[in-house]
Amino acid sequence: MKFSPYNKLLVSALALLAGSTISGCKPGKVGSAVDADAAKKVYVAPGKYDEVYAFLSGGFSGQVAAYGIPSGRLLKVIPVFSQNPENGYGYSEETKPMLNTSHGFVPWDDSHHPELSKTNGEDDGRWLFINGNNTPRIARINLATFKTVEILELPNIGGNHASPFCTENTEYVVGNTRFSEPLDNSNGDVPINSYKKNFKGAVSFVKVDKDNGAMKLAFQLIVPPFNYDLAHAGKGPSHDWIFFTCYNTEQANTLLEVNASQRDKDFIMAVNWKKAEELIAAGKGAKITAKYAHNVYNENTHTATSVIETGTQTLDVTKFPGLVYYLPCPKSPHGVDVTPDGEYMAASGKLAAVIPVFSFKKMLAAIDKKQYDGMIESVLPVLKYEAVLHGEVKKPGLGPLHTEFDGKGYAYTTMFVSSEVVKWKIDNLEIIDRIPSYYSPGHLSIVGGDSKKPFGKYLLSLNKITKDRYLPTGPELAQACQLIDITGNKMKLLLDFPTIGEPHYAQMIPAEKIVKNQVKFFKLEDNKNAYVTKSEKDTRVVRKGNRVDVYMTAIRSHLAPDNIEGIKIGDEVYIHVTNLEQDWDVPHGFAIKGANNAELLVMPGETCTLKWVPGLAGIVPFYCTDFCSALHQEMQGYFRVSPAGSNVPIKFSIGENPVTQ
Amino acid sequence: MKIHTRVLIFISCLLMLSAGFLPLWHILLDAPQYPEGLEMKIWLNGLSGNVAQINGLNHYIGMKFISVDDFKEFKILPFVFGGLTLLGFAAALAKSRKLLWAWFIGLCLFAIVGFGDFYMWEYNYGHRLNPHAAIKVEGMNYQPPLFGYKQLLNFTAGSLPDTGGILAGLGGLLIVAALFYKPQLSSNKIK
Repeated sequence: MKFSPYNKLLVSALALLAGSTISGCKPGKVGSAVDADAAKKVYVAPGKYDEVYAFLSGGFSGQVAAYGIPSGRLLKVIPVFSQNPENGYGYSEETKPMLNTSHGFVPWDDSHHPELSKTNGEDDGRWLFINGNNTPRIARINLATFKTVEILELPNIGGNHASPFCTENTEYVVGNTRFSEPLDNSNGDVPINSYKKNFKGAVSFVKVDKDNGAMKLAFQLIVPPFNYDLAHAGKGPSHDWIFFTCYNTEQANTLLEVNASQRDKDFIMAVNWKKAEELIAAGKGAKITAKYAHNVYNENTHTATSVIETGTQTLDVTKFPGLVYYLPCPKSPHGVDVTPDGEYMAASGKLAAVIPVFSFKKMLAAIDKKQYDGMIESVLPVLKYEAVLHGEVKKPGLGPLHTEFDGKGYAYTTMFVSSEVVKWKIDNLEIIDRIPSYYSPGHLSIVGGDSKKPFGKYLLSLNKITKDRYLPTGPELAQACQLIDITGNKMKLLLDFPTIGEPHYAQMIPAEKIVKNQVKFFKLEDNKNAYVTKSEKDTRVVRKGNRVDVYMTAIRSHLAPDNIEGIKIGDEVYIHVTNLEQDWDVPHGFAIKGANNAELLVMPGETCTLKWVPGLAGIVPFYCTDFCSALHQEMQGYFRVSPAGSNVPIKFSIGENPVTQ
Repeated sequence: MKIHTRVLIFISCLLMLSAGFLPLWHILLDAPQYPEGLEMKIWLNGLSGNVAQINGLNHYIGMKFISVDDFKEFKILPFVFGGLTLLGFAAALAKSRKLLWAWFIGLCLFAIVGFGDFYMWEYNYGHRLNPHAAIKVEGMNYQPPLFGYKQLLNFTAGSLPDTGGILAGLGGLLIVAALFYKPQLSSNKIK
């Protein structure tokens, strides 16, 4: 059949119609949101540094990832709650105690909320705290070394989700329970449906030493058995207070999806932590038994120790009036976020049609005038919604979750269900702009966005669903985040990059605050590890019963000793590798064939220990796994493993060569 | 001896003294992997800087480890140099041109012997290589330059005076001035 001009016209008209229909029913395409200058704004030339560090939680990876912003380059995955075979964290004898808990060794957790330490309400770049959600813990990372240096378990709670938000000067970081449960020292063997009677919430206040960051569980407030979701401490005028969102105020213990979504309003729980601190100081706390691990990594010995603590102090909030007030908040709130001036609290009821913004001043006035709207557990006042409300952001979108601030009077809220970020003005609560997110953002992060002095400029939208954003990788896809320019009136999409695990939340900080404190290597002379070998002359192999200690050194490009005999089946061999290098970026690795363990990655000046239980007699090679030098492939050695009961003596050596002396 | 000569001598002595507390010379090493560079500073009485790192790298080519204990010079030099500076002060105090000349000649000898010694050390480090070294390049030696820059495999080696050396050099120039410069003082007044 020949095409007549008429047919051609018809076909093209139909094609046009089909095309326009397809694009017509898919509003909000990527192209529309991307800034025309995006490439220029995110391009960081080779050898140049990013402007900002972003610390993203790894979610179910249990770790923290540091990215450079605006490039979105992954700088480092910091192992925190999960074993990391890549560098031996949680495998080496020195770091295994970090993952100890009252339940024994737990090699994984779900890390949700990174929190930068603060001084005068500003990010100070010293430490990063992060919560372990599953087996309740708080970890502290030293930002001079990017190493996890402390992990404190929290007793009496389940699901440490509302954590580890800190007060204005990092006086405390908090932990609060997603799952209320019977306290650890009570008989927990009760019917689950006795929830209302037997279950409790516990708000943990962890004191942070202002000089060295050391954490200590100071006290726990025993609170009604709700689910506690997120928190933020006040600042400036609201310095003494911290706010927690509560959902499941229905106190359901099954099918929460429905049963915890029945009430029109749940609560923001306002806690006067200063008052609680005073009560504890005055000896009003009740001492209870509790079992929880406190793990500390000593940076001089490069070794962690784990201590099981046996008690804590509690305050039953129902016995101390003035400690806790409830602000009604629509529908299962997620985030509660305090404006930089400390005057307003924006709450995100994730099933609500508005974003309520509370006034701290009005809250104090309502407390003063006793403007109550009932009591919880008969004695805990619920303040009148209208009395504490600054106003509501109307029709913000669907599923508001979390808000941060740019320091210029604007707030930015993620909308999980309508998959967008919404910008609104704090004073008149008007919506200024909205930008799509790909897809379903949970938290967002602005540089310094939860501090007293936001740096602004960049916003990261941290998303739960990725779908078609990148080349497909089978059913399991990376999660992702989007970088948004917030310098102008309108938000502009700059970049979209995949992340490790789940980028649940992030904190961002100007790079110079971190760079200035960086440690380049550990001083060998300061190494106080019990098994350090500071010179090749001191390398040795020592047998004590069936325990064999190998004192080994690593330097470009040999391990000493590199011929070791006299190991027998049934021995437990501890290889203590000290990296003798004293220069930047010269780590050495260490791995043994067939070892039921990971490798070690030993930083210059550090000592790490690998435990090896040989299983077969024979010759077993070992080598350096980090490509350290031109002669890295020569950096290797052999163990000789003899059968149990053999009389091969312990012997160790390295070839004689003055070059290496 | 004119007052200006004595002032010049005095300033020169002070410069020399300060040089005793500052690095005299430095050797710089640049390579692709060391964009920040490595340096070794040479003082009257010892070495500082990235000596350990430089030794770490030198073992590949079999160069002897650089160790302060191997240099008797560092024990002697502070006394020799101190003695020479005292000679300078003495010249100024005694207003003696003879002492001034003695000082000048002493310093010249010091410089000649010093640089000669420095060259010999460099020569020996650069040529006496361990035959078992991992990296051997036919015909290659690793003697750093006496002054200026030179390419040694992947490293650009530089050898240049440091603060102390520059001050001592200035001091030397002042002595030359003290010896030979006669200012036309107050020519206006003579009119």
